[in-house]
Amino acid sequence: MKYDIIVAGVGGQGTLSVSSIIASAAMSEGLCVKQSEVHGMSQRGGGVVTNLRLADKPIASDLIARGSAAMILSMEPLEGLRYLPYLSPDGTLISSSNPVVNIPDYPALNELLETIRELPQSTLVDAEEIARRSGSIRATNMVMVGAASGRLPVQPETIESFIQKSFWGKGERVVEANIEAFRAGREAANLV
Amino acid sequence: MTDKVLLGDEAIALGAVHAGLTAAYAYPGTPSTELLEYLLAYADEHGGPHAAWCSNEKTAYEEALGVSFAGRRALVAMKHVGLNVAADPFINSALVAINGGLVLAIADDPGMHSSQNEQDSRFYADFARIICLEPANQQEAYEMTREAFDLSEKFHIPVMIRLVTRLAHSRSEVHLLAARPENPIRKPTDPAAWTLLPANARRRWRSLIERQADFLSYSETCAHNLITLNENDRSLGVITTGLARNYFLEIADDLRVALSHLHVGAYPLPVEKISQLTKHVERVLVLEEGQPFLERLLRGIISPSAEIQGRQSGHIPPDGELTPDIVRAALGLPIRKGITIPTMTLPARPPQLCAGCPHGDSYHAVKRALEPFPAAVVNSDIGCYTLGALAPYGAIQSCVCMGASVGMAKGASEAGLRPAVAVIGDSTFLHSGVTGLMDAVAADTDMTLIILDNETIAMTGGQPTILPSTRLEKLIIALGVGSEHFHVLNAHPRHESRNAEIIRAEVAHDGLSVIVMVRECVETARRKLKEKAQTLVPVEALV
Repeated sequence: MKYDIIVAGVGGQGTLSVSSIIASAAMSEGLCVKQSEVHGMSQRGGGVVTNLRLADKPIASDLIARGSAAMILSMEPLEGLRYLPYLSPDGTLISSSNPVVNIPDYPALNELLETIRELPQSTLVDAEEIARRSGSIRATNMVMVGAASGRLPVQPETIESFIQKSFWGKGERVVEANIEAFRAGREAANLV
Repeated sequence: MTDKVLLGDEAIALGAVHAGLTAAYAYPGTPSTELLEYLLAYADEHGGPHAAWCSNEKTAYEEALGVSFAGRRALVAMKHVGLNVAADPFINSALVAINGGLVLAIADDPGMHSSQNEQDSRFYADFARIICLEPANQQEAYEMTREAFDLSEKFHIPVMIRLVTRLAHSRSEVHLLAARPENPIRKPTDPAAWTLLPANARRRWRSLIERQADFLSYSETCAHNLITLNENDRSLGVITTGLARNYFLEIADDLRVALSHLHVGAYPLPVEKISQLTKHVERVLVLEEGQPFLERLLRGIISPSAEIQGRQSGHIPPDGELTPDIVRAALGLPIRKGITIPTMTLPARPPQLCAGCPHGDSYHAVKRALEPFPAAVVNSDIGCYTLGALAPYGAIQSCVCMGASVGMAKGASEAGLRPAVAVIGDSTFLHSGVTGLMDAVAADTDMTLIILDNETIAMTGGQPTILPSTRLEKLIIALGVGSEHFHVLNAHPRHESRNAEIIRAEVAHDGLSVIVMVRECVETARRKLKEKAQTLVPVEALV
């Protein structure tokens, strides 16, 4: 078994946390993991991407080859589309429908969303609205983890336990909001 | 011992701790920063080893050298271009009789994700004539670091660990081994072997040359350089170095035959093993992350017996980092089709200054001040503020290396290109802009130096500057900058017009002026607020 995920977003959207939580959960279930991250200059409001690779045997390459990702999990629609050349023809794009417009030539949003809807397999999630309803606008990234969770080779309970662990230091309310966001994300992707 | 999930940088840091590290020094630089950050957090929790940020890579290297002199183990970490700054102590330290193990962890940035060039540090190791180890994964990074300390003490040389961005910033599980205690203090018995007077230096240089045979014999026999020959196939052989092996192994199952393969993880280059492979096959494909170091030596001047394919022949792109797809194509495998959307072109999203960044406000003031001087030159430097080169600012005209803005503005002014303005960040100024300012003070050059003081090293994640903001002023005055032409301004946008007036007057002044524009980085300020809020969490929630 091999499951390659491209996690995409804009610097500051919590892309790394998404990747880390899935990676930790996968590892605790006995999978091998490689997580290649972007640090430094790009994190300043630029596009960021994590190559997250899960497998049941040791993984050699830190990077995912073209046409072989099982999933693109994106915090932002434009960033999700950017990595389509890496998506396997039977892979899926799961993206937030909320744009981060910080460049002058940002495309028309309805065109981006239409393009995503027309892909062979895709899910669009209004992550901001769902996160707001779950109690914290800052938990949009956990909504996206929830929306992806049904396809990941990891049990959702395991993911929840790692959400709990990673937000523990920030207090009970933050933990609850993030768990709530994760569950609402699952619901939005029709997983429960 | 247990397993741990670590970045490549962190695997080196923990490898060093478990090798009995006494002290580590660094200047932050992507992709090497996390190495010392890990050690700082480790030291905080365990009470050691000593870990410290330094003014620049040269001072960091020299401090590590002092630890080695004392007989104890030292690690020094930097990004590839940092070694240009530390080249003087680095090259010369190969001549002294290294006492406690000295390991230099150097992170190259092929593809220039966060750098101004993609120089390959293996050339430096070769130039200094020392051993270099090049890990391909986090486990090797951990184990090779431990071994590097032993090699350093065995051969009395500094040992380089070369890593690249994709390993430095990739996370995987590392199996940990038993820790070794620190060395006791042990002063060198032969001070002459540390005192590079010409007579001593000639002896030490001869000794280093003579020891090359030992280094080579290590490299020929060590487990990092592994050769496997396919007796039934002589068409093509592959040489991989460091991380390139990962991409080759990734596609090995897709190849028609198991190719003869030599992996190089330790230098000097194992020449016997390389000849063994090249003699066995008609064609050799060289896969190395970085510049064509091995390929170039393999080609030599006299034609080699086998055809060599690599970056120089165009089989691999001459620049940029390797990818699994580049390696697939070089081995004749089709690139897998992804999904294409032909109707749409997606705009790039380059990095930019954060919303509310003080640098943006400072640039607005600088641009306003320079309106009456269309011929003005603005030389800048390395840091977040380099993004002032991009729209909407377009405020700077150069960025070359740490500290260059000050010297370049001085040179431009002396060449007659005036007004000349240098814009540099506080940490970059302390790293190597301060010496340029001494030159400008000595000559009373007609130029204006603007120091953007955001009270942190922002680009690499908000490390503390070596001198706090409050002491920066005293330093500048102590250098002899006249108080009439020295100003400290608040970089807040509400002061923009007043700031622009002061800058304009100083740019017009015929002589040296220095302006410090102060306001804390928004990221650091936000983080401090967050930390403060977190300390207010009720204790029950943390149990």
